[in-house]
Amino acid sequence: MSEPTESHLARRIWRSVFPTPLIPADDRERRRAVVETLLLHIHPPTVPARALRFTHTWGLGGMGLVLLVLLAGTGAMLMLAYRPSPAEAYASVQALIRETGFGPFIRNIHAWSANLLLVVAFLHLLRVFFTSAFLGPRQFNWVIGLLLLFCAMAANFTGYLLPWDQLSYWAITIVTGMLAYVPLAGPWLQELARGGEELGAAALNNFYTLHTTIIPVLFLLLLPWHFFRVRKAGGVVLPHRHDEELPDPPERVNTLPDLVVREFTVALVLIAALAVFALLVDSPLGGRANPGMSPNPTKAPWYFQGFQELLLHFHPVFAVCVLPLSSLLFFVLVPYLRYDSDPSGVPFVSPKGLKITRFAALTALVAVPALVLFDELSGASARLAAWLPPLIGNGLIPGLTLAGLLLGFRQAVRSRYAPNRNEWVLAFVVLLLTGFLLLTLISVLFRGPGMALSWPL
Amino acid sequence: MKRKKPPIKTPQAAPSQARSAAPDSPGRRSFLWRLWLALGLATAAELGWIGESFFRPRPRVRAAAQRWIVAGSVDLFPPGSVTPFPRGKLYLARLPDGGFLALSRSCTHLGCSLPWDEKRQEFVCPCHGSAFDIRGEVRQPPAPRALDLFPVSIENNVVRIDTGRTQRRGTFDESQVARPF
Repeated sequence: MSEPTESHLARRIWRSVFPTPLIPADDRERRRAVVETLLLHIHPPTVPARALRFTHTWGLGGMGLVLLVLLAGTGAMLMLAYRPSPAEAYASVQALIRETGFGPFIRNIHAWSANLLLVVAFLHLLRVFFTSAFLGPRQFNWVIGLLLLFCAMAANFTGYLLPWDQLSYWAITIVTGMLAYVPLAGPWLQELARGGEELGAAALNNFYTLHTTIIPVLFLLLLPWHFFRVRKAGGVVLPHRHDEELPDPPERVNTLPDLVVREFTVALVLIAALAVFALLVDSPLGGRANPGMSPNPTKAPWYFQGFQELLLHFHPVFAVCVLPLSSLLFFVLVPYLRYDSDPSGVPFVSPKGLKITRFAALTALVAVPALVLFDELSGASARLAAWLPPLIGNGLIPGLTLAGLLLGFRQAVRSRYAPNRNEWVLAFVVLLLTGFLLLTLISVLFRGPGMALSWPL
Repeated sequence: MKRKKPPIKTPQAAPSQARSAAPDSPGRRSFLWRLWLALGLATAAELGWIGESFFRPRPRVRAAAQRWIVAGSVDLFPPGSVTPFPRGKLYLARLPDGGFLALSRSCTHLGCSLPWDEKRQEFVCPCHGSAFDIRGEVRQPPAPRALDLFPVSIENNVVRIDTGRTQRRGTFDESQVARPF
């Protein structure tokens, strides 16, 4: 207080808002600045030097946060332009594109960020999985992460309907159509989602409210919890080779600037890339929704097309209920299974784990396209469904075939690698995820009119 | 074989009278804990009930005049013809033998709208390639069941369709057909 008052008013105001320099000169002050600054306060004053390795986390969690901030900002702008009723929705999107200054740019940023968020969140999940970062104190954070991924998918899906064009109308029709096949609760679930027998004003209102209020609130609750858990677990897992002992205590560096500068760089590069992409590529908009005419082919949003591909081969009860729910349950339980070792931070558990990962991915890469082609060329699932009750011919028989193939895979992995429990989980997760990715790719790229297999372009 | 019931041992039953009466006994604590749990579950169920009732779509109540579509006189529809009624989201099919069926235009697989293919004489779904014949029977999966029906009534040679409710069915059978006399 005894300091002489600084002469310049602007400088005095700046000082009152930011008491410390942007990057203070000495280490002690830098650590203090992290604790004293609201935004930086989510970080500890120092972090282990190893945790900063870019090829360990790839900055994926941070990218997710940046995308969510962009989505919130552009989303609020779009809300000002959009009118959520079947009569006006499409026209308001057209007006946004044709008449509003930077309308297409804001819409594109919103749409591409939303799609990219799913990719980034999925890659983040893979990074966490492959570095065994779901073990120990991080068990429950894996579950929160899955909830966040679910929220991201729900946000994408509810936003997809809003333009009320042919793409969105029919994509949402067939995905809500899938709900009807959930045993017992199906028709009830479907009517709740659609707000009636078919998509109309009630559905649009429901989707709009979910998209602009309920899901954002869920994000606001879950994200801080996710970050808090990361802090409480002592930050991210520290990367190391399987035969390498981590130094105890690990070498630490200052959060400011070492971590903050890296985060800042990732955020800026991401935003710049998105802005360029949004300028060059427009988010698609079909014709106005026409409930009387389904376009051919009608496809679900790309992140649900794996299920749509399953539907071509399996009875709907299996394709939209048994297989997805059992895989989901498996994923939630991944951190709670019994394991033989704690390889937190070791990529792919061990060198053997890396080989198993390659083997499992390669198996899926061969088996999934082969099975799809076999079914397409022989018409096996259609024929079985024709002369047996559909639930058996189209459900039980392919289901048991799949189980048999899984047993074969298990036998092959056992005899080749004799894996421990960690490596077993690795094998099955890689097989499942690669398989699902391939189904999605097949449906997105290789399904043409009438959903027949066709060559893209 | 006689089965003897094993004595029931629960945490509440096991401790002696004197201990379970103590203010801080494990028996009392676990009982209170369960009571709270039960109350919590009951509250969750009530909130769920309120939420579900609030969001459940109300059935559309429509006046009879709006519900019924007067399709026209029987002879307007030659046997073997399929006529769309976009207002009712349905097709009126006259079977080759003269009977009438009002078929929903929604595919039973995932709800896409079906166009009638005159050349192939079937409904072909653009979404997943399901096909249905003029009776709404599945010719090509993945559709799991025949097309939904709307009730048809024929009085004084005039065909009328009740669009108020759909009837689900597994397969076609003779009793579903409305016939003029």
